[in-house]
Amino acid sequence: MYDFAYHRPKSVADAVSLLKSKPEARAMSGGMTLIPTLKQRLARPSDVVDLGGVKELAGIKVEGNNVVVGGMTRHADVAGSAEVKAAIPALAYLAGHIGDPQVRNRGTIGGSVANNDPAADYPGAVVALNATVTTNTRKITADDFFKGLFETALADGELITSISFPKAEKAAYVKVPNPASRYAMVGVFVAKTAAGVRVAVTGAGACVFRVKAMEDALAKNFSSAAIKDIKIPFEGLNSDIHGSSEYRAHLVGVMARRAVDAANK
Amino acid sequence: MTAATGIGARVLRTEDKRFLTGTGRYVDDLPLARATYAYFLRSPHAHARIKSIDVSAAAKMPGVVNIFTGKDLVDAKVGGLICGWTVKDKHGQPHKAPAHPVMAVDTVRYVGDTVAMIVANSHDEAKDAAEAIKVDYDVKPATIDLAKALDKGATEVHPEAPGNLIYDWEIGVKADVDAAFAKAAHVTKLDLVNNRLIPNAMEPRAAAAEYDKGTGHYTLWSTSQNPHVLRLILSAFVLGIPEHKLRVIAPDVGGGFGSKIFCYADETMVCWAASRVGRPIKWTAERSESFQTDCHGRDHVTHAELALDKDGKFLALKVETIANMGAYLSTFSTAVPTYLYATLLAGQYTTPLIYANVKAAVTHTAPVDAYRGAGRPEATFVIETIVSKAAAEMKIDPAELRRKNFIPSTAFPYQTPVALQYDSGNYPPIIDEAMKIADYKGFEARRAEAKSRGMLRGIGFSSYIEACGLAPSQVVGSLGAGVGQWESAQIKFNPTGNVQVMTGAHSHGQGHETTFAQLIHDKLGVPMDQIEIVHGDTATTPFGMGTYGSRSLAVGGSAIVKATEKIIAKGKKVAAHLMEASVADVEFENGTFKVAGTDKSVPLAQVVFAAYVPHNYPHADTEPGMDENAFYDPANFVYPAGTQICELEIDPETGTTEIVAFTAIDDFGNIINPMIVEGQVHGGIVQGVGQALMEGAVYDKSTGQLISGSYMDYTMPRADNFPSFKHGNKHTPCPHNPQGVKGCGEAGAIASPAAVMNAVHNALAPVGVKHVEMPATPLNVWQSIKGAQRQAAE
Repeated sequence: MYDFAYHRPKSVADAVSLLKSKPEARAMSGGMTLIPTLKQRLARPSDVVDLGGVKELAGIKVEGNNVVVGGMTRHADVAGSAEVKAAIPALAYLAGHIGDPQVRNRGTIGGSVANNDPAADYPGAVVALNATVTTNTRKITADDFFKGLFETALADGELITSISFPKAEKAAYVKVPNPASRYAMVGVFVAKTAAGVRVAVTGAGACVFRVKAMEDALAKNFSSAAIKDIKIPFEGLNSDIHGSSEYRAHLVGVMARRAVDAANK
Repeated sequence: MTAATGIGARVLRTEDKRFLTGTGRYVDDLPLARATYAYFLRSPHAHARIKSIDVSAAAKMPGVVNIFTGKDLVDAKVGGLICGWTVKDKHGQPHKAPAHPVMAVDTVRYVGDTVAMIVANSHDEAKDAAEAIKVDYDVKPATIDLAKALDKGATEVHPEAPGNLIYDWEIGVKADVDAAFAKAAHVTKLDLVNNRLIPNAMEPRAAAAEYDKGTGHYTLWSTSQNPHVLRLILSAFVLGIPEHKLRVIAPDVGGGFGSKIFCYADETMVCWAASRVGRPIKWTAERSESFQTDCHGRDHVTHAELALDKDGKFLALKVETIANMGAYLSTFSTAVPTYLYATLLAGQYTTPLIYANVKAAVTHTAPVDAYRGAGRPEATFVIETIVSKAAAEMKIDPAELRRKNFIPSTAFPYQTPVALQYDSGNYPPIIDEAMKIADYKGFEARRAEAKSRGMLRGIGFSSYIEACGLAPSQVVGSLGAGVGQWESAQIKFNPTGNVQVMTGAHSHGQGHETTFAQLIHDKLGVPMDQIEIVHGDTATTPFGMGTYGSRSLAVGGSAIVKATEKIIAKGKKVAAHLMEASVADVEFENGTFKVAGTDKSVPLAQVVFAAYVPHNYPHADTEPGMDENAFYDPANFVYPAGTQICELEIDPETGTTEIVAFTAIDDFGNIINPMIVEGQVHGGIVQGVGQALMEGAVYDKSTGQLISGSYMDYTMPRADNFPSFKHGNKHTPCPHNPQGVKGCGEAGAIASPAAVMNAVHNALAPVGVKHVEMPATPLNVWQSIKGAQRQAAE
């Protein structure tokens, strides 16, 4: 990797001021994407601001009808949290199936959501559960947060401090992992919350997206039979050596039905 | 001997203590004073002419010590890398041998071809400087697709190989085979691609070298499977350093699977440059370099036909294969798809007539050479898939069709129509045992139960044979090998009674330090903790051929046994003297010399001490010391065989395959350490299943970029892809080596791809799928099902 200056601030305020003072600085949470990128010399930040020392960013709490997960909370902590398992078991399940044990013990929810990798699992949960992303400056709804391939509503120097997930009446996440990387080739998060039914798809497109036709059908009848004839157009979906866009479109249907069945169990 | 540590005991591996506690010493661990670090600039293009290389800016970068390009090697009259096996084509002409410069001079021929070597005070500085080197490439069209490499008009990789053809080779008499086909009641035809694999040893290749100006000695540390052979190649063909001035050390090495047999450009450069730089040089491949530049394996396009009579007896087999050599001929590349492939096409069967035609082609891809099984997995895949396909077509049970054609146990030694003479075997009890353990009878019930869950369940057989224990020198010499394939051993007792055993074989995961010690313990009665197995250093071990082709125990172990016989013979003379008895009356048992019929005895340790402190000693006819050498050249290959049964379930909605049961019954001859054998079989099965379901090197067919160039895209098998394996042994001892052993290192990988793919085809037959190529990834399986549905609808 190229040389860079390393900082380990102790507060969000210090982290933000570091990021703002150095235009080529990059924030690092778990480093699950940044470190491999640095090692391959694909990124050349002047400064890396490691959020690992910002204690206020990690932790899980239940506030009324919401589960609030701090931005620096590790996947393993979400997966193992009794509060999350009780309130939104599908979210704990999702976190427990990200990557491998090493990734789950380093990677964080804030890092994953801020990076918005098209094959990341968390964006599916954020959108399907209609979560709210809280940053150091504002609150952003899930639908407004994810903008496109690796693109979010976050401004320069803006950090995710927590994500608030409303409890779900029913929810489930099912995915087909890429056989090599085990990132989601297609992942579907289905949730029935106070806001209605949502179906969010990750891995299949440039960015997480909702399937309105399925949501409408499921709102009337929350069963896999209700969506069995709904086809997803393959045009514009991702295509690589592991999955053509046709295959991914097909898998969205299969995974959505399986997610609904799992949510009904 | 005591059951706990002797032959047949499940002795825990001595070497694992250091491997598991992080105290192994690998090439990269070497602390070399004043070391410099090398980085190689590699070609980003599959095929380009180098118009110019400008290193002037890079040379001024901080920490840069020296930069070398191909032109420097030309100026220094360094030789090219060699192919050590001359295959003669069907007209008796030697294969085309294109030049293989250590670093590219005017043309690059694959993505990863070596363009420049940067030596700097640190790895990062070398890499920074590499980015500052300006190479002006004239990019040319590339030949990537093997199936089209021999077509008219394909871009030529080398002027020395017109039409990209390295050889057009054959075995068998085509006219006889054609005549047999004309009379056949049934002919089964099969087209297949044997997918290209990337070895992925856990430890990337690495090299370090140091030059002693005072003595003119070079020391090269390399991740080599065969340090003596590497030294021989570098000395005699490439660098011209006299053999006695070059020491090659292969310390702990983290896996090879064949990929570390060969002499590579990087280690050659590190060694050569050490004297120019005047400081030690270290280099360790990055993982992406391993993907791009380790020799790849397999990569065949094959058409096969099997002729059967009306009862299912095999009449003849015809095979046509195009084998990919990659951009240059690596060390043993030419032998793999010929003498290690076509000679195995009889399998376990009495097929009386076989004809095989193999065309080797060069392409603008990384060199292809031996990879775990080397030719034999490709042969087994052809035979075992065509046999299962024939069984399905003729509606004969696949086990029954195999049994009908097995070479009977009374027919050994059995001469096949493709040169090999099988020494021993008994195949029917193996398949019976495998079917019993796999509960073959209960399969249809399990298939029906799976169907009720919407799953497609399949079962597949693979009854393999392989020829390993490479190899009788006279035989391989007559076939074009540039070396002999004996092995060496030295048993050196120390005066205090412990023993060092030097072997020419090399352990890079196989557990020789345990297995060989068990041999010594069994033969000489020396306790295990008094035995040290020494390997991997040309300065301390006798010249040997190294480890590949499942040869270490069958050949290297036999050399050790021969040396123990010399120790016992000499010890008897000394013991007879000490016991004042006649040598003819002295017996050796459990580490003690005894005079037959008396209570006189003297332990080996005392005899050893007497040999080093020979105050009371038979000086007249016995030299002091207890240090014996032996060389062993095998009389034949050894022929492990077995049957594997794979059972799996396919989810037709997603195309994902789950292996639910895997049974392997093997004949490895006598077994020294069953635990190590099981480990080898498990690892082999995993690699074979990897080939069948997951792994595949994918190059972009126009640009030649390696798409599967990292673990993000190259699917390595993982523990959670597998059930627990069921393994058993049915021995027939090898009749021509002292321990009656056969090889076990490659068998799992040789047999399993066919077992898996036969099960895949069995599972998918009810939905109309005729053929799925490896790797049967979820996408591939789903597309095959879709294709069959489309065809049915039409």
